[in-house]
Amino acid sequence: MIGMFMTAALVTVVIAFGALVRLIIGPTNPDRVVAADTINTLTVAVLILLSVLYEQFIFIDVAIVYALLSFVSTLYIAKHIGGEL
Amino acid sequence: MIPFIVTASVAFLFYLVLVIGSGPVIFWSWEEILAGVIIGLATGIICRKVFCKNENYRMLCPARLVGLVIYICGPFLVELTKANLDVAYRIITGRIRPGIIRLHSGMKSDLALTMLAHSITLTPGTLSVNVDEENHDLFIHVIHLDEGEEKKEVFEAEEIFAFMNIPAWIRRIAE
Amino acid sequence: MLADSIAFVLLVIGLIFNALGVIGLLRFPDVYTRLHASTKATTFGSIFLCLGVVVYAIAHYFWTSDSQYLMVIVHTIIAVFALAVTNAAGSHAIARAAHKSGQKPEPSVVDRLSEAGL
Repeated sequence: MIGMFMTAALVTVVIAFGALVRLIIGPTNPDRVVAADTINTLTVAVLILLSVLYEQFIFIDVAIVYALLSFVSTLYIAKHIGGEL
Repeated sequence: MIPFIVTASVAFLFYLVLVIGSGPVIFWSWEEILAGVIIGLATGIICRKVFCKNENYRMLCPARLVGLVIYICGPFLVELTKANLDVAYRIITGRIRPGIIRLHSGMKSDLALTMLAHSITLTPGTLSVNVDEENHDLFIHVIHLDEGEEKKEVFEAEEIFAFMNIPAWIRRIAE
Repeated sequence: MLADSIAFVLLVIGLIFNALGVIGLLRFPDVYTRLHASTKATTFGSIFLCLGVVVYAIAHYFWTSDSQYLMVIVHTIIAVFALAVTNAAGSHAIARAAHKSGQKPEPSVVDRLSEAGL
């Protein structure tokens, strides 16, 4: 059962590298923000998987705070792109 | 006084949910309950003007909260699943015909419009792009418009959901 | 074991949808369609990954009745809700900002927002 979570976390990290490709080559800035948002979502999922894997349940609280803070950063970058800041 | 009580109780209940499983009193320990009371009082003093900005306590009615939970677990989940199967199909085949359309929402309050916009973003093939603040219309990006649908001026909110009548649910909960 | 198989199936579904979201992010032509793929598919996939964790925690709670696992269940559900709400609002913000910065939906049959001039 533990190996299952390990595999899932590793595969999710590999998937996140796919989003990193879009972050690098993205033609415009909104594309890059979309890719960064995707990576943030995947990071939250990886944190929750790792918390069960290592039995460090404090990681889930870290994941909640990470989700909310990444939301704030996304909003600020979006405001900057939209020219309202 | 009412904003302070509402904010303090919500903060206290949320703290209790966060520290569930810490001791012998049902699920909590006495220390955590005491800490929750103190934090709730502090939050109530600081945030009462932000949390209850327009003095609207409709969402405190228990029937509406139960309706919200049923809505999230039932119709919303069905539409979310269908949306993802649809998007998976579009990703694999690459068959898209996108466009931005105007949607007449018919919602009266801001909260209902927010819930509708969130539901639209997570349900089939649509993504809310902008809001017309005057008559509460939404502009949504649709990933696949059928042949001839682009000629239509305004869409009704009921047309874009397939199985469930989501706007009626939201109207029942938030208005 | 039943809980193991259920958690395995949930994790596989979640990984498939996460992978599809990133493939769509790499494959679709413009920013709005990319938002469709990334927001919906990765939110759904992460919900299923978290459901796998919830099933694991429920099984352990029944075996050991350790109240720590109750905390895991509740916190994971809160994390899922935070993720769903913030992803929807964030994608709306990005789409609005992209349209404000002058990016048109590139292959598109109709654009009522530019016609309305908002």
